[in-house]
Amino acid sequence: MATILDNPILEIKNLDKNYGSLKILKDVNVAIEDGDFLVLVGPSGCGKSTLLNCIAGLEPITSGSIAIGGRDMTDISPKDRDIAMVFQSYALYPTMSVAKNITFGMKVRGVEKAKRDEKLAYVAKQLQIEPLLARRPGQLSGGQRQRVAMGRALVRDPKLFLFDEPLSNLDAKLRVEMRTEIKKLHRELNASMVYVTHDQIEAMTLATKIVVMKGGVVQQIGTPAEIYTHPANLFVADFMGSPAMNLVPSKAKKNGKGYSLTIERDDAAPLILKDDKAQNLPEDVIVGIRPEDIGDAQLRKGKGLQVSDCLVNVVEPAGADTYVLMGLGGKEVVARVQGETHASAGEMMPFTFNMAKVSYFDPKTGLRLN
Amino acid sequence: MTDNSTYAPSSRQWQTIALRFGLYAILLLFALYYLMPLFVMITTSLKSLDEIRTGSLIALPRDVTFEAWRVAWSGACTGIKCEGLSPYFWNSVQLAVPAVVISTMIGALNGYVIAQWRFKGANIIFSLMLFGCFIPFQVVLLPMAKMLGLLNIAGTIPGLIFVHVIYGIGFTTLFFRNYYVSISQELVKAAKIDGAGFFRIFWSIFLPLSLPIIVVTVIWQFTQIWNDFLFGVSFSQAGTQPVTVALNNIVNSTTGVKAYNVDMAAAIIAGLPTLLVYIFAGKYFIRGLTAGSVKG
Ligand SMILES: Nc1ncnc2c1ncn2[C@@H]1O[C@H](COP(=O)(O)OP(=O)(O)OP(=O)(O)O)[C@@H](O)[C@H]1O
Ligand SMILES: [Mg+2]
Repeated sequence: MATILDNPILEIKNLDKNYGSLKILKDVNVAIEDGDFLVLVGPSGCGKSTLLNCIAGLEPITSGSIAIGGRDMTDISPKDRDIAMVFQSYALYPTMSVAKNITFGMKVRGVEKAKRDEKLAYVAKQLQIEPLLARRPGQLSGGQRQRVAMGRALVRDPKLFLFDEPLSNLDAKLRVEMRTEIKKLHRELNASMVYVTHDQIEAMTLATKIVVMKGGVVQQIGTPAEIYTHPANLFVADFMGSPAMNLVPSKAKKNGKGYSLTIERDDAAPLILKDDKAQNLPEDVIVGIRPEDIGDAQLRKGKGLQVSDCLVNVVEPAGADTYVLMGLGGKEVVARVQGETHASAGEMMPFTFNMAKVSYFDPKTGLRLN
Repeated sequence: MTDNSTYAPSSRQWQTIALRFGLYAILLLFALYYLMPLFVMITTSLKSLDEIRTGSLIALPRDVTFEAWRVAWSGACTGIKCEGLSPYFWNSVQLAVPAVVISTMIGALNGYVIAQWRFKGANIIFSLMLFGCFIPFQVVLLPMAKMLGLLNIAGTIPGLIFVHVIYGIGFTTLFFRNYYVSISQELVKAAKIDGAGFFRIFWSIFLPLSLPIIVVTVIWQFTQIWNDFLFGVSFSQAGTQPVTVALNNIVNSTTGVKAYNVDMAAAIIAGLPTLLVYIFAGKYFIRGLTAGSVKG
């Protein structure tokens, strides 16, 4: 799975991590290039923080190797790995002022005072926390603490930044703001970052490269677009995207000259969708189609688009879009249509299915077929 | 109807007042009950022996005299010597201060290691230390005597310090461990990445956080050590006895007339330091005791 890079800033090979007999990470292989923004995403307890702690050297690894900037890190302590880390709880030193929090690392390393002050001033300006420098963490709001934690990482000017869910303690609005700010920061610094989150939207917006994990196993590595359009298995398909991809059981069959998929319906005759890709599929498949690939019939026409009538169960307006729910193959399927639609519950309505963007999965293994 | 509705709340109000009154009366009664002995001790210590013999126990002194206090401090006889409590009081100070400081420091370090550097077997070691808190004093007397002999510090003040430090570590470790265990482990991780080592993290980050629990531990240890009688009487010699042992000797070794006023003054002097510690640091004590447990 690992892609070979010329000059990786971080390279993890065959990493295993056990706690006693408990296997937490299994054969993880990840590499990123200088300037990459790698996001580790997955459900709670899948081992994201553990992987980050392994990269930082805060947890010993059981087997495999980690290299940062081409240097093997196996026996190197956290302080010598040239990294900086922002923690979920921010982990600000409670009895120190903001200024001391930011400069503590330099002080420990024996950087002289003039240099410390200069760097502090620079970072404080960059993050706009100058008025807060004399305060203690207890006297700051959540967002301000977050900034200070970022500041502590920024002064280090490291090869690699590590973030462990830095935004999960903020309210929704602030989270979106800080997300944008982190993205800007990444561009300005052109730094390499590894960022942990369980929020798939955060992953999509920030990453240049995403690692989707489940139960300590890497499910897929790719760009946000790859992960979104070509999920490697049912787990990734379901996990990434909101609302989630529709995953509907169906039968692939030869249909006259071409091939088609048959999806059972409770309320009408089976839905038949033509797609010649079905030629290479086993009979039982799961069709994965994103809500936005099922749309209003009158608006879109073109190659790969197929129109079919379906019974609308529920209509959920959400401003710009309206989500329409219908029953297909025993599943609740979501379609994303125009905000001002005339869909109404209990009526038949034509929908366009964009078969060019459909993913197929093996129901037994869960793996992608096309 | 209207009469009734206006009457009802006022009756309820009256009830509340009565309840309040009853409550305060009971509290006052309890307070008096607890303060009575102190009152008797103080008044008796300020009376002359004649007045004690002729007057009532709870009467205020007619002529206030501090003679008994002077005798208790520097003249009363403990066995053959008649120097009062003062030399023993200083023994106790020399004993309690280092013992409190050392046991608190060790407890803080132990708690820090057990709570924040979860090494293998940390929980077992902690359980064993907890167990140490519940070993009755009498059980350790003989082995400890042997130990002090081997270390060649039997009968000395350093020997007593040693005993109190050993016996106190279980408690001090418990206090600090419970306080530190509620602090996020990410603090240590952040400091490690910042480049700080074991002691630097302790000194720069954990110790400054620990004031409430230090106060609790110091009060606890000071009270225990200052008031200790059993270790004091078992492991000291003529010149190294702590104040509690000397007090016992003054009260028990007087021949002839019992100088109640001197006994009372001596008892107050012996108890004064712990009393003062509670008065000045008591509110931190309550705060610190709950601080560690609330977050848990
Ligand atoms: N010290 C430890 N000893 C044993 N098991 C542990 C230890 N630390 C973590 N684990 C286990 O390892 C697994 C992964 O934990 P980890 O903290 O990496 O999850 P995560 O993906 O970061 O989850 P979250 O999104 O909730 O933060 C969990 O099942 C957890 O119970
Ligand atoms: Mg985590």
